[in-house]
Amino acid sequence: MNTIPNSFRTGPDAGGHFGAYGGRFVAETLMPLVLALEQAYEAAKKDPAFHAELTDLLTHYAGRESPLYFAERLTAHLGGAKIYLKREDLNHTGAHKINNTLGQILLARRMGKTRIIAETGAGSHGVATATVAARFGLPCTIYMGEVDMERQKPNVFRMRLLGAEVRGVSSGARTLKDATNEALRDWVANVEDTFYIIGSVVGPHPYPAMVRDFQTVIGNETRAQMLEREGRLPDLVTACVGGGSNAIGMFHPFVDDVAVEIHGVEAAGEGVDSPRHAATLSMGSPGVLHGARSYLLQDSDGQVIEAHSISAGLDYPGVGPEHSWLKDMGRVKYHSVTDREALDAFVMLSKLEGIIPALESAHAVAHVIKIAPQMRPDQIIAICLSGRGDKDVFSVAHALGEKL
Amino acid sequence: MSRLADTFARLKKEGRAAFVPFITAGDPDMETSFAILSKLPEAGADVIELGMPFSDPMADGPAVQASSMRALKAGASMVKVLEMVKKFRKVNSTTPVVLMGYYNPIHAYGTARFAHDVAGAGVDGLIVVDLPVEEDEVLRVPARAQGVDVIRFVTPTTDDARLKRVLDGAGGYLYYVSVAGVTGTKSGPEDAVRAAIARVRAATDLPCTVGFGIRTPHQAAAIAAMADGVVVGSAIVSKIADNLGKPRAAIIAEVLELTRALAGSTHAARHARVNA
Repeated sequence: MNTIPNSFRTGPDAGGHFGAYGGRFVAETLMPLVLALEQAYEAAKKDPAFHAELTDLLTHYAGRESPLYFAERLTAHLGGAKIYLKREDLNHTGAHKINNTLGQILLARRMGKTRIIAETGAGSHGVATATVAARFGLPCTIYMGEVDMERQKPNVFRMRLLGAEVRGVSSGARTLKDATNEALRDWVANVEDTFYIIGSVVGPHPYPAMVRDFQTVIGNETRAQMLEREGRLPDLVTACVGGGSNAIGMFHPFVDDVAVEIHGVEAAGEGVDSPRHAATLSMGSPGVLHGARSYLLQDSDGQVIEAHSISAGLDYPGVGPEHSWLKDMGRVKYHSVTDREALDAFVMLSKLEGIIPALESAHAVAHVIKIAPQMRPDQIIAICLSGRGDKDVFSVAHALGEKL
Repeated sequence: MSRLADTFARLKKEGRAAFVPFITAGDPDMETSFAILSKLPEAGADVIELGMPFSDPMADGPAVQASSMRALKAGASMVKVLEMVKKFRKVNSTTPVVLMGYYNPIHAYGTARFAHDVAGAGVDGLIVVDLPVEEDEVLRVPARAQGVDVIRFVTPTTDDARLKRVLDGAGGYLYYVSVAGVTGTKSGPEDAVRAAIARVRAATDLPCTVGFGIRTPHQAAAIAAMADGVVVGSAIVSKIADNLGKPRAAIIAEVLELTRALAGSTHAARHARVNA
């Protein structure tokens, strides 16, 4: 099972499996919908008109391509490898999430669906979904855990401003996992007219592959931009991993470049030795949640354990199945950084580069702060800066003990 | 013949539908839950669906979610669920018990070991909500080898092609989900359910039970007139929720009273084959 394949880019198989991971673990009521979605997506993939429309929107609506920025002062400060930031924070709505929601809403329209639902953690995906729903005039309901609504108030207001209904979820830890459960419950009750725009590379097949495909624009651009700027590929590519969509989008175009090292960065919360973390790949074990087999934070009885991270977008006990496979294959190394380290990185990038990163993205920066000094100045790191940090200023101020 | 096949054959001969109550093992605590389980047959249960609690019951409505959380809080585990069935089998050797739940706790237990242990405990069937036809072989094959049926769902979204696929390998009985939705909300329109049962009957001889949204004796009677079995879950576990804090005997009495009413009207409804 652990034979190294000729390419890491061929998955998933027809059943939606990446090795032993992925699949379609959903209620029978949803199976016909999942199969119909797969068919519609396969047809769209082969349709030049679909790609043309998506590219047009990515260019003129989302503002792509996003810059690949050389972080000169951060590089000098750390005194090691050259650090580039892939500026997904500069996209419309402030994160990479729009790449995916534009793709999925075009698909929803092709399928004749008239209502949009989504789950959200930090609110970035919720905002990106509410945005495209507004753009195409479709009613939209966003499920969000009540804890996340509290720590991401600006995004809740944004979604409402965009015309979406935000439904608070009060079950479980009232975060992303619970919001996902509730979105699935909505979907199963509204099978005729509703399209579920999943925000990450999780869920039943075809979502992990489809969301990845929509996000690979990140890595494809980074690759071309790096070749143009430096005449070669980076030595290390890194991104934060919650569900893992910005990471897989960044990594996928590089996975067959054997000389490129790839690091995913998970949220260690208060430490992986504490019970409060979200380091699914580092500390979890294979299980089945929300439609796919993947690494999962769970107890010995198969009950899912609540994740914790200061970053609402990484606060998820599961992870995309392709990441689980890439981990087992050894192609991608997964690390973790704590809330504290992410906060320090948040502040450092703000002060040194004038860029306030999302707390999620700050995890990737924190990892680079640790390893860049150990690398040579002629080596190159590319970080996916997946989002901007405006949404996080309240929670960061709170964590730093400052009153706004 | 298996307990499930025996039961449905006997009921067919008697011309009535099975009453199938659902409770979550360990709700509101292990002892009360076992007391309810052991008394369900004398209150009219023909088959018992026993829920395996799970932290993320995403196909369930608020009532079963809360029931699952109560059970977990009371310390329910897969091992304790199986112990409960074992204990039940010491007092009842005829009423089929079907475990119902989600895949992850089974995955964590190990599918082969699980199939072996449920058979040993006296379980007759398994209903795993998030294990569709495409994924259920990993459990269905070892379970079948132990004489345990994996029960499949037919839903309002199941078209004829899909129905064929669902029936290929189906065992025990079919669970017709009366409405696209979660448990405990509303039941499907009677005409649609009747048409669906006719479609299933035309395609298989397996008994067809109906669940989701059936709350009252009146609704149970209407379904019983069409189907081979009536499943009631949310209304029963809500009865537990409504009586929390009362003495154990009172909770048990309330649940059994509702069970008797539902079973009574299920059994009283003449069971006319739709396609007869």
